[in-house]
Amino acid sequence: MTIVEDNRHLRGALLPILHALQEEFGYIDEEAIPLLATELNLSRADVHGVVSFYHEFRREKPGRHTIKVCRAEACQSMGANALVDHIKKRLQVDFHGTTADGAFTLEPVFCLGNCALSPAVMIDENLHGRVSPDRFDELAAETRANPHAHNQIPRALSHSHKGHAQ
Amino acid sequence: MSGHLITVFVPRDSAALSVGADAVAAAIRAEATRRDLPLRIVRNGSRGMLYLEPLVEVETAEGRVAYGPVTPADVPGLFDAGFLTGGEHALGHGLTEEIPYFKKQERLTFARCGIIDPLSVEDYRAHGGFRGLENALAMSQAEIVKAVTDSGLRGRGGAGFPTGIKWNTVMQAPADEKFVCCNADEGDSGTFADRMIIEGDPFCLIEGMTIAAIAVGATSGYVYMRSEYPHATATLRHAIKLAYDEGWLGDNIHGTNRTFHLDVRVGAGAYICGEETAMLESLEGKRGMVRAKPPLPALEGLFGKPTVVNNVLSLCSVPIILDKGGDYYRDFGVGRSRGTLPFQLAGNIKNGGIVEKAFGITLHELLYEYGGGTITGRPIRAVQVGGPLGAYLPPSQFDLPKDYEAFAAQEAMVGHGGIVVFDDSVDMAQQARFAMEFCVAESCGKCTPCRIGSTRGMETLDKIIAGKNVDANLDLLADLCDVMVDGSLCAMGGMTPYPVRSAVKHFPEDFRKKQHAVRVTHIAAE
Repeated sequence: MTIVEDNRHLRGALLPILHALQEEFGYIDEEAIPLLATELNLSRADVHGVVSFYHEFRREKPGRHTIKVCRAEACQSMGANALVDHIKKRLQVDFHGTTADGAFTLEPVFCLGNCALSPAVMIDENLHGRVSPDRFDELAAETRANPHAHNQIPRALSHSHKGHAQ
Repeated sequence: MSGHLITVFVPRDSAALSVGADAVAAAIRAEATRRDLPLRIVRNGSRGMLYLEPLVEVETAEGRVAYGPVTPADVPGLFDAGFLTGGEHALGHGLTEEIPYFKKQERLTFARCGIIDPLSVEDYRAHGGFRGLENALAMSQAEIVKAVTDSGLRGRGGAGFPTGIKWNTVMQAPADEKFVCCNADEGDSGTFADRMIIEGDPFCLIEGMTIAAIAVGATSGYVYMRSEYPHATATLRHAIKLAYDEGWLGDNIHGTNRTFHLDVRVGAGAYICGEETAMLESLEGKRGMVRAKPPLPALEGLFGKPTVVNNVLSLCSVPIILDKGGDYYRDFGVGRSRGTLPFQLAGNIKNGGIVEKAFGITLHELLYEYGGGTITGRPIRAVQVGGPLGAYLPPSQFDLPKDYEAFAAQEAMVGHGGIVVFDDSVDMAQQARFAMEFCVAESCGKCTPCRIGSTRGMETLDKIIAGKNVDANLDLLADLCDVMVDGSLCAMGGMTPYPVRSAVKHFPEDFRKKQHAVRVTHIAAE
């Protein structure tokens, strides 16, 4: 509940709170919905409506790493559909699924903003460009071996979530 | 060692990181230590020549010298070749600013991107930063709005509405509170200019938003970022903190009695939140459902208050207009499309990246003179301009000048300046189907033509692709497209038919591939 307290002062606090919950726990637990409704003076339907509207919010615990594969047009032009087939086969999961060993959850995404270096894949918060099937296999193996192998956001820049505006 | 420290630039832009810029920076640092050569590494934004990333630059007396694309394995060789003094190497491109791709551009909005350290206020100021805001602080609200109106700046998010007119409406609206909201929900495939400038020159956006706030009398603002851009979000948050620390944001900005508070909010993977009213709903903590207009957000926007909603590139064009004057900006461009637009060359293109040019440049110039054709070496068959809601154009249309009116006449969009290139292996019936599929996934669901029309459109295209009653189903599809265009509440359903119709119009053969085969099977069965 400190997450609620930390964000309660924000206007339109529900989205920032949901992001903070997902960052902390990896997903939005069903039990959080009535709690948030009470705390923010909303109906449960309101909170449920918001959680279910946005693709980003998860209802189930994900794997240790999230793999987002871009399915949008620029990546399609560079073979993203074949890459998606390869990844599904290699990880033995479909979209929104988690690998049997709990390492990866696979998600589709529409555009990662890396359209000149397609196809693009994001593993956790780290972006990869020109991802061939072989390159994907390397990245997945490196991520399994060392979860921080590709950290791109300097520590100084992360964890600065609290805003200034009231 | 004597003399000044040599400076090496290795970008920290996500696109550069996506092809290994961090590893290259680490390799340069390690090699310098091994050779006992002291040097300073600056992590700059990208110059926009993404096909050369990671692009390493070295500061020399003649200017910055470029090498790229560099891999960690190239680093010892670069040292051997004397790259720290601009020595020749197979990956060398000479002076960065003499590279034709870069030299021929007209960089106004992206003037500093890739040059400065994005998180140094000092560097920003040394390159002309905050001059526009300093001018604005000495002007009346009406004078600021007039400068923006005179510049001819139109919204860079897609619709192309004149920015000065929007600001004037908000300025004149009486209210106890007003807002400035920046729409950084850059969800169109083929666009990355917002991300690049936020990562490479974040103070430019902060300055533009502060000028907007002063002009209209707003005291708070929000930047609505995509959750798919974690690096840009982290950079912007850090830049906002620095701006507060140095008195460029907050109460009494530099003792002028002006106040502007700025915060970042992150979306959650809903394309529709790029539509301005859906974005406002999302900022209020709700589902991103499109609002009916009127009322205009300029009068009843965020929390029901008068609100400026502008795209990142519109707001980033404001500082230079206030610095150099509306006339300076208006002198670029053609017709009613004034100034420059950072075009983004994406997809199957040899030299992908940002090309900032005045309006009026043709697709042909962009695709061949800058882009160099496809990366696969096959002929270009189609380009999609203006994102997933933009038309597909065949090579016969490549001489169209890029301006709002010329493109609108073709149901194409200048939009956010994104251009996605496909070679001759593309199946345009599948691309048309994808446009409908995307609308199914991303429709907010408020209006029927968009919510149901897209689903029916996808089913109809599946039948056409399977060769079933192709003529009748193409007629049905055309009818459905009319209903979606005329009957949808916003551009999501209203423009999804553009890629579909243009694919049918320009590439009809792709919709009849199975038709013949099916007919033969029927005859055989009879």
